[in-house]
Amino acid sequence: MIVPSLLRRRRPRAAAALATALALGAPLGAQPSAPPPDPVAELRAEIAQLRAEYAAQLAALEARLAALEAAPPGPEAPTAPPAPAPAASAQTSSYFNPAISLIGNFFAVAGDNENESRPIAELSEVELGFQAVIDPYAKGDIFVAFGEEGAEVEEGYVTFTALPAQFLARVGRVLATFGKTNSQHMHYLPWADKPLPLVSLLGGEEGWRGDGLSVSRIFPIGETFSELTVEAFRGDAEGLFEAADRNDLAYNSHLKLFRDLSEAANLELGLSWGTGPNGSTPDARTDLAGLDLTWRWKPLRTAHHRGFTLRGELLQSDRETPDGDQRALGWFASAEARLARRWWAFGRLESSERADDASLRDEGFALGLTFDPSEFSRLRAEYRQRRYAEDVTADELLMQLQFILGAHGAHPF
Amino acid sequence: MRSAPRISLLIALALGLPAAGSAKLQVVSTLQDFAALAQAIGGDRVETFALAKGYQDPHFVDAKPSFVLRLSRADLLVVAGLELEIGYLPPLIDQSRNQRIHPGNPGYLDASAGCEILQRPTTPITRAMGDVHPYGNPHYWTDPENGRTIARSIAARLSELDPAGAADFARNLAEFERRLDLKLAEWRAKLAPFAGTKVVTYHDSWPNLAKRFDLDVIGYIEPKPGIPPSPSHTLEIINLIRREKVPVVLIEPYFDSRTPDHIAQQTGAKVVTLYPSVGGRPEIGDYLALFDYDVSALAAALASQK
Repeated sequence: MIVPSLLRRRRPRAAAALATALALGAPLGAQPSAPPPDPVAELRAEIAQLRAEYAAQLAALEARLAALEAAPPGPEAPTAPPAPAPAASAQTSSYFNPAISLIGNFFAVAGDNENESRPIAELSEVELGFQAVIDPYAKGDIFVAFGEEGAEVEEGYVTFTALPAQFLARVGRVLATFGKTNSQHMHYLPWADKPLPLVSLLGGEEGWRGDGLSVSRIFPIGETFSELTVEAFRGDAEGLFEAADRNDLAYNSHLKLFRDLSEAANLELGLSWGTGPNGSTPDARTDLAGLDLTWRWKPLRTAHHRGFTLRGELLQSDRETPDGDQRALGWFASAEARLARRWWAFGRLESSERADDASLRDEGFALGLTFDPSEFSRLRAEYRQRRYAEDVTADELLMQLQFILGAHGAHPF
Repeated sequence: MRSAPRISLLIALALGLPAAGSAKLQVVSTLQDFAALAQAIGGDRVETFALAKGYQDPHFVDAKPSFVLRLSRADLLVVAGLELEIGYLPPLIDQSRNQRIHPGNPGYLDASAGCEILQRPTTPITRAMGDVHPYGNPHYWTDPENGRTIARSIAARLSELDPAGAADFARNLAEFERRLDLKLAEWRAKLAPFAGTKVVTYHDSWPNLAKRFDLDVIGYIEPKPGIPPSPSHTLEIINLIRREKVPVVLIEPYFDSRTPDHIAQQTGAKVVTLYPSVGGRPEIGDYLALFDYDVSALAAALASQK
């Protein structure tokens, strides 16, 4: 294609040069400045030049071929195979839609509990999740919870995954990285309810949620995973913090250490510390401290039907009030075993003082059985006893049905 | 002036950056098969690590923080794609703080590209069909011809990431393909007497292997993908095996063998454990050894049932 177009473009001048060259008997070569143009000579010159160029290129190619043939086998630089035809030709317009999931959580309760009144049957939450990559630098996660009290954004944040120096930042509304359980959504918990100390000391069933910034970084210690998370939130958090001034902030920090003990077993240790205004006086603050420990055993070959987890958390809430400090302590310990491919059993012990009156202590235990018909649905029964400080004992049977519609996201670890 | 390097070293240590980058390309793969292929192509220019072990169900891998550490240092991540890793890989990549291995960057390689993928749904699918894969069957590496394609993809990507090694990678790839051709002829010869044999498998993991070596998978112990065996379905399978005179039941090493054993006892069919991945047994050290083992195990079992 190039050759004819070159010739075509230069034809008038080439003809002139050729005539000049012929007339002057000059060596072939384009001499545009030569006075009387000879078209034949110029054309010849051009042909000769092209021939020389092609000869040079051919020589170069032959040299490369010879070099490649001389080198042991390697015939040519490896090239990637062609990409396959797109899997689903339909729905191309929805390529950039977020992954949408709906997780339903239905409860039925038998027994009485004066302190905590759950209805006998309740679609307690439908969580609508939207997740997508925003651009090469960030990812978005939005979870809207629909419950008896209406809809609210449970979590909604942008994760910046391309920050320098191995930082990871989340901006928006997040479940505070305090301890292990608080940052997990309800449907990932191994029980039907939240452990007592989290309800008593960390903002109730909903947990500690904050609007603000969460930054984390990995500081590996040999092969031990170590991650430090620092978070700054506005000073209001339902059931936990209340700010008199918008400059009063809540802070949280969490150090997570993880180590594989063997191929099957691993250990995770977390230390948390948080603080925020509690609203009892303009300057009063609540300090929170936590320790979490998780030991997992999951033999890889039989992971389908065997596994065991031990976990526990220790929490302390130190609440300044006009009447003095309330230092409340709480803990839970839980064991979960996988019995078969679809069956799990668990037991949990728990005890907690109350955040606003540390002289009151509630205690309890829970035993339960979980059955997963498939990866997308779950049935659970939990027998729970709570002995409240008012000398009231509540025995309840919680029955739970969870189901997933749409995208099935990854399991958090 | 003299303290400057020391200070920068301290800063580097404090930031957790590698003080001196190791010269080898760090390749992390989800499956041991891809790590083995990358090792065969990359030779001593690469260091490989696989997240899932060869005897582990590749659908269910824990997103352990120790994997985040591995991924944070990776130059290349090789994945099976087709949503096989959807249950654990996305959060690991997000937390890796390593932009190189994010999808769309040269450090992310989807090994399914160019491979023959079977069972791509052509009609609407729902989860009433079990845990179906909307992009096709993700167990495609069990066909050695797909292994060849994967090896070529890996060689091309390694050459892109480490141009100085391109000649080495091309040579190693050619050597790998030469050995693969020899082995393929050997495997075909071993299984040729059993062409067209009807088999039952536990999970739908073997369509590619069956197609390559001319086996006919006529039933599954799982009633639907991801759903464990039920008594009524097990009875159907027992009847099917008796009716069709199915000689072998193929199972993966990570499934509970009680139901297959029961079926074998009822029908006289033989249970054969086939390993879907490198590393499933100590002697399965590389990609060619995987088929050496599986083909031998299958041929021996079929011969004994004749």
